[in-house]
Amino acid sequence: MTAGYEAVIGLEIHVELSTESKMFCGCRVEFGGEPNTRTCPVCAAHPGALPVINEKAIDYLARIALSLDCDIPPGSIFHRKNYFYPDLPKGYQITQYDQPFAIEGHLDVSVDEKDIRVGIERVHMEEDTAKNIHAGASGRIAGALYSLIDFNRSGTPLVEIVTKPEIHSPQSARAFLNKLKNLLKYLEVSDCNMEEGSLRCDANVSVRPAGSSKLGVKTELKNMNSFKHLEKGLAREIERQTELLAAGERVVQQTVHFDFTTGEVTPMRSKEFAHDYRYFPEPDLAPMLANRKFVDRIAASMPELPDARAGRYRRDFGLTPYNAEVMTSDRKLSDFFEECVSHFNDPKLVSNWLMGELLGYLNATGGELADCLVKPASLAELLGMIESGKISNAVGKEVFAEMCRSGKEAAAIVEAKGLTQISDTAELEAMIDAVLAENPEQVAQYRAGREKLLGFFVGMVMKKTKGRANPQVVNTLMKEKLS
Amino acid sequence: MTVADLIKLNALEAAERLQNGDFSAIDLVEAYLGQIRRHDPAIFAYLRVSEENARLEAEAIDAAPDRPPLGGLPTAVKDVLVTEGIVTTCASRMLENYRPIYTATCIRQMKRAGMITLGKTNMDEFAMGSSTENSAFGPTHNPWDLDRVPGGSSGGSAAAVAAREALWALGSDTGGSIRQPAAFCGVVGLKPTYGSVSRYGLVAFASSFDQVGPITRTVNDAALMLRHLVGKDPRDSTSIEHPEAIRVPEDRDLAGLRIGVIKELVREGIDAGVMAVFDKTVKKMATAGAEVVESSLPHAGYALPAYYILAPAEASANLARFDGVRYGLRAGGAAGITEMYENTRSLGFGDEVKRRIMLGTYALSSGYYDAYYGQSQKVRTLIVEDFQKAFDSADLLISPTAPTTAFRLGEKTGDPLTMYMSDICTIPVNLAGLPAISIPAGLSEGLPVGLQIIGPAFSENRLLAAARGAELAIGFDAAPPLGEGS
Repeated sequence: MTAGYEAVIGLEIHVELSTESKMFCGCRVEFGGEPNTRTCPVCAAHPGALPVINEKAIDYLARIALSLDCDIPPGSIFHRKNYFYPDLPKGYQITQYDQPFAIEGHLDVSVDEKDIRVGIERVHMEEDTAKNIHAGASGRIAGALYSLIDFNRSGTPLVEIVTKPEIHSPQSARAFLNKLKNLLKYLEVSDCNMEEGSLRCDANVSVRPAGSSKLGVKTELKNMNSFKHLEKGLAREIERQTELLAAGERVVQQTVHFDFTTGEVTPMRSKEFAHDYRYFPEPDLAPMLANRKFVDRIAASMPELPDARAGRYRRDFGLTPYNAEVMTSDRKLSDFFEECVSHFNDPKLVSNWLMGELLGYLNATGGELADCLVKPASLAELLGMIESGKISNAVGKEVFAEMCRSGKEAAAIVEAKGLTQISDTAELEAMIDAVLAENPEQVAQYRAGREKLLGFFVGMVMKKTKGRANPQVVNTLMKEKLS
Repeated sequence: MTVADLIKLNALEAAERLQNGDFSAIDLVEAYLGQIRRHDPAIFAYLRVSEENARLEAEAIDAAPDRPPLGGLPTAVKDVLVTEGIVTTCASRMLENYRPIYTATCIRQMKRAGMITLGKTNMDEFAMGSSTENSAFGPTHNPWDLDRVPGGSSGGSAAAVAAREALWALGSDTGGSIRQPAAFCGVVGLKPTYGSVSRYGLVAFASSFDQVGPITRTVNDAALMLRHLVGKDPRDSTSIEHPEAIRVPEDRDLAGLRIGVIKELVREGIDAGVMAVFDKTVKKMATAGAEVVESSLPHAGYALPAYYILAPAEASANLARFDGVRYGLRAGGAAGITEMYENTRSLGFGDEVKRRIMLGTYALSSGYYDAYYGQSQKVRTLIVEDFQKAFDSADLLISPTAPTTAFRLGEKTGDPLTMYMSDICTIPVNLAGLPAISIPAGLSEGLPVGLQIIGPAFSENRLLAAARGAELAIGFDAAPPLGEGS
């Protein structure tokens, strides 16, 4: 960022809820499938059909609102947002307008070890559209031979979360989204799958002279399909706007498209005039009432959220802030960690193993924790074998990698490969003698005072035993032999 | 029993005789199908008659060991209610060949109670109009005078009942569409309290006003049908369980009832002939024991303009689904999606529907919303309060149902505003969501005049009891000059 300028970013996040049924009808919510197999008079907008609110979706919405520390006013209403498009069967979307479900929340995010607080403007409920499929080379409507519509997605419950324009860097935007996604997963309200579109993000961005309190002219980056692309797109767009301003030119308010293959930002065809959505209250639905009892019930049903968990890990488990944050950065990892600790009560060691070995393995293989073949109890068993000295730490890591690959239990692998740690003094002494005999020069140097060579001798024994020798025992015996 | 005898029976009587086995459902259905064949070519109450289906349903009823409460009663259904597999057009080119994939809740309930569907009746397109002249398939003629309109929008249903082409009928009322045609055709029409009858499957015109209700020959028949229409429907979240079971009223006078004449809805703007019948009716009600007082709805004058903002606003969204994409008409020859929308909607909708979509779209437009929609909602609230105050000093309120008797075909089609005035007495009721009934009060120059009785929300039993009392006091026994059974 060029000195003297400040970026201002606001995010709009759409989350498809993972409820059983759609927002206003009984059709099942699921990704993909044979097109138009999950439709009914309501979500295909047949004449005379009426919407009925999915109460479960409102429960999920309330969970999201509470997790973002929002105020939930006692009543909110649905509006109709009118526009014509083939993926919008009613010709209007049922959404919320000037009386949203929840307002004025925040989410604290740590960026580069610094905590920032991002304000939440509103959280509201709406319905998703159907999916247009344009047949033709580009897959876009322009130039398409014909278009098909799949109404399976039509009416899927969609929660919109709007932040205040309080994010000032692409890194912060990405960190915010990561944290939000993690939070939503803890709440078990959405699978947050960006490829399948269950989590979508638009960003508004403007640039202004540093210190100014007035917002600059903003542009909108729409439908970014990954957080990484969003971060890059924002960076490029901020750069573009800054260059314009620095050159004394003006930013035009428009929607821009980020092409991640070229890294370039190009303006989308700007609409000739602003759309007038003619919002008005949805007469088919009664106002949603969120009384104290409802809010209390939802609050009582909330799972422990990541920040609270991290606090507990620091306090009760003595984890470092960094370890605590990593352990809570994913609900499944956190659950894995806790289950493992319940079998092997050394939280610090468990967290180090998960961070070093498990996440390392997943990173290297591109796998997901959910598909990991190692179960928490098995890892605990492995750690127990190391603690009791049955195997060495080094062998433990190898065994773990084998567990990840094959899904076999630690004991079975150790047994099959004969990896049990050698602590037997007689066996080790024989090996030490052999090593000393093979390296007379080094022995002489050691005896002459180069005590650092002890590590060399121990290493040679470890090598001979393929890491199975108990290093403490070897150490002690080696010193005795050399003295 | 002869055909002439059969079609003289009202629904309550027919139900009893069917139960006694005096005749069969198929006898009754055949009698009505005969009436339709004889009279409907001149009246055009029906868009489609389902002869075969009606016979099959009648045979099934006759064959069943137990006869359900409405078992075998031949019914005409306004073509605004969707019926699975049976073309439902809303009298629009847009839906000329549209076969619904489900059946309206109120129809399901009626069918469960044993009703037989004779066919689907003509109406103003998408229920927008007061004369049934806005039907894309041609107007319905008033059985009392074939040169006159039957009223609207449920004109086909009212004309069918008046011409004895149906034992009774289902209509829908958004601004008077049951009561005004009932008045014009000399039959009974009841608009229930908003929310008491499910709107699921009623093709929406204005969602916060629309209600389904009965059009019948007698007040008791209206009560009988309403009993089977009401109920909370899980598919309509604006529906609620009626607090009382609907009863067919006992025959009694009007003693102990305080009836308020709405001063804003009499005299000014009401035809002298209609007023004369109304004044006579008020006297008869007083003679029957009612205490007649003057009531006031101070904001009634704003009801019509407010209605013509709010109802079209809702309609502009409700009719957006008719876009040529999924069902109904799709105009050919379009180069792109926008042109397809434009062509389809230009071709599919008639003038009045287009007018109201434009009115509503305009009223909701950015910059105009507060001045039009916002103000109209305030008027609506004021009218609700007017009624509440009026009911503090009266049990029920009355007015003429319509300012005129049935007018001539073509008389008002050139002037929408004059046409809109036809609903001036009925619209305030819809703004407040109240129940109201129109019953025949007499004739003016050979044409029926309706008496409108309005009750507080969910006071249907009180309303029906008073209407039955008024019906007895009035003693209306005229019939349209059709030559019965001939």
